[in-house]
Amino acid sequence: MQKQAIFQSRLLPYALVAPQLAIVLIFFYWPALQAVIQSFLLQDAFGLSTTFVWFENYIELFKDVAYFEAIVRTFFFSFAIAVSSLSFALLLAVMADKPLRGSMLYRTLLIWPYAVAPPVVGVLWIFMLHPSLGVLSRYLRNMGIDWNPLLDGDQAAALIILAAAWKQISYNFLFFLAGLQAIPKSVFEAAAIDGARPMRRFWTVTFPLLSPTIFFLLVVNIVYAFFDTFGIIDTMTRGGPGTSTVTLVYKVYSDGLLGGNLGSSAAQSVILMVMVIVLTGIQFRFVERKVTY
Amino acid sequence: MANVTLRNVRKTYPGGFEAIKGVNVDVGDGQFCVLVGPSGCGKSTLLRMVAGLETVTGGEIDIGGRIVNQIEPADRDIAMVFQNYALYPHMSVFNNMAYGLRNRGMKEAEVKSRVDEAARVLELTSMLERKPRQLSGGQRQRVAMGRAIVRQPKVFLFDEPLSNLDAKLRIAMRVEIRKLQRRLNTTSIYVTHDQLEAMTLADVLVVMNGGQVEQVGNPLAIYEKPATTFVASFIGAPPMNLMSIRADEIKSQLGSTNAGILGIRPEDFVITDQTPAGGVTLPLTVEAIERVGAETFVYGTRAQDEQRIAANPGELPPGEVIVRIPGSEAPPIGEKIRVAATRQKLHLFSGDGRTRIEA
Repeated sequence: MQKQAIFQSRLLPYALVAPQLAIVLIFFYWPALQAVIQSFLLQDAFGLSTTFVWFENYIELFKDVAYFEAIVRTFFFSFAIAVSSLSFALLLAVMADKPLRGSMLYRTLLIWPYAVAPPVVGVLWIFMLHPSLGVLSRYLRNMGIDWNPLLDGDQAAALIILAAAWKQISYNFLFFLAGLQAIPKSVFEAAAIDGARPMRRFWTVTFPLLSPTIFFLLVVNIVYAFFDTFGIIDTMTRGGPGTSTVTLVYKVYSDGLLGGNLGSSAAQSVILMVMVIVLTGIQFRFVERKVTY
Repeated sequence: MANVTLRNVRKTYPGGFEAIKGVNVDVGDGQFCVLVGPSGCGKSTLLRMVAGLETVTGGEIDIGGRIVNQIEPADRDIAMVFQNYALYPHMSVFNNMAYGLRNRGMKEAEVKSRVDEAARVLELTSMLERKPRQLSGGQRQRVAMGRAIVRQPKVFLFDEPLSNLDAKLRIAMRVEIRKLQRRLNTTSIYVTHDQLEAMTLADVLVVMNGGQVEQVGNPLAIYEKPATTFVASFIGAPPMNLMSIRADEIKSQLGSTNAGILGIRPEDFVITDQTPAGGVTLPLTVEAIERVGAETFVYGTRAQDEQRIAANPGELPPGEVIVRIPGSEAPPIGEKIRVAATRQKLHLFSGDGRTRIEA
């Protein structure tokens, strides 16, 4: 089969890709370049003078304990969000995969939360768990838990993780369900005849066969937890109390737009950009290999 | 070792579709039973019910004197070979075969000796460390067989195990399966839509159609005395010629009064002008010739043909008759010939095709 298109004119193919290239260049490469340039600059407090300072912004960052804390916090959040969201989604997918009545309906319902924008997710959960307004807060306090995420940093972190993981469950569920359905039913039947009880069947057959999907989702979830949780954090805690829910992305925003330290903010952006490149590289490297088991 | 007995087994799906409409089959200890029938006749469903992969909505399934209707597949002491082999893709050949043994808590030394023995029998010894994706279709099929035999179950169940193989390999594996079953002497139930596979493998042949058993018996007995027109046209290739007959013909030639359909196998015709005593002759116009070397198929149209029976699957189009003659000599296309069959070679059925009439 001929896969290569043949053009009569040499200019036509360039003309055809030009709009796409223009979008990529204007909206991705140009801002990225701006960030890199900005990260080498230092501006005075009033924005009157700008100095080229080479790597000083970066050096300052790595000397800063708060930045180090944000890195650790971000990794912890990512890990917690990915693990909780993946395991819950897998549980739901395994249950939804069974041929039950109305399966289309609840499969559809399980996918809906993905359509909710992150800030809305934040608002939704804060309504349920706000210390004085929240519906669930009362029950928590009745159970003897001193629930106040506005004052308690750990509780605030838990709240962020909960909301962020909840939002991502739908997405993971979709992929897990598709992954499960790609495994021939007869493999499970063979395992059932081979004397494997449901739990053993899950750990020895289902889980290994889903491992490519799990790995793919792990990377996607980490990227999500790194970047897309901004809206949730901003509506729920604004990084507080103190800095207990400030992640790397939120710090870019708060240092740059709230703190006015544009150079440092840009340097942080560049570091994040490098992280994304690394994560995507890992993903392509391993996921593109079709079969990993 | 065990008998398998199906007593009035039924399967009705929640939507109300009746897939199995009361099946009675008795498979003796060590026998090879083949379920054969066209697509959708319920043969695979029936096998899956024996395996415990489908629920039974009526009747009883008895394996070795134990009613297994409510028993989990794992506890029925059966092994199954699937059409797509259903190998565990992430496990080596060795682990594929060992899985069922380890699940049952067998000692690792015993697992190894059993798997090694099965691998030796199936000539898989050099492939034990490979993954299924590194094997050819025939090798995967043998691994699936190995997974079944290491367990030493009471019953083997085969769900069209050869249909994914090419024609040559299919014949070779067919012989292998038969030899293996003879040696292990394990009761087996085998599902296929291929009547040749069914004829060659079966001790007991069960011909199914529309969720019901049409005929049970020895394959040759079924070939020689098909109970219904469905069986007559399904078993044997090319299919039996079936034609409706008029009352006066029946009286004068066959001496039977209530037969409505006459069946003659293509190989039972001879090209001749003479009518054998008590037999029949048909005037034909030759329409097409197929030479396959050792034999030749002559496709002809009956000259005087007014009425036909209702069409069954596998039956010839109205008016067409297939004649199978040895060698490659054949009359030219367009020639008018007469073919004859003796009285002993005629099969008579009632007008609805549901009953065989012995005259």
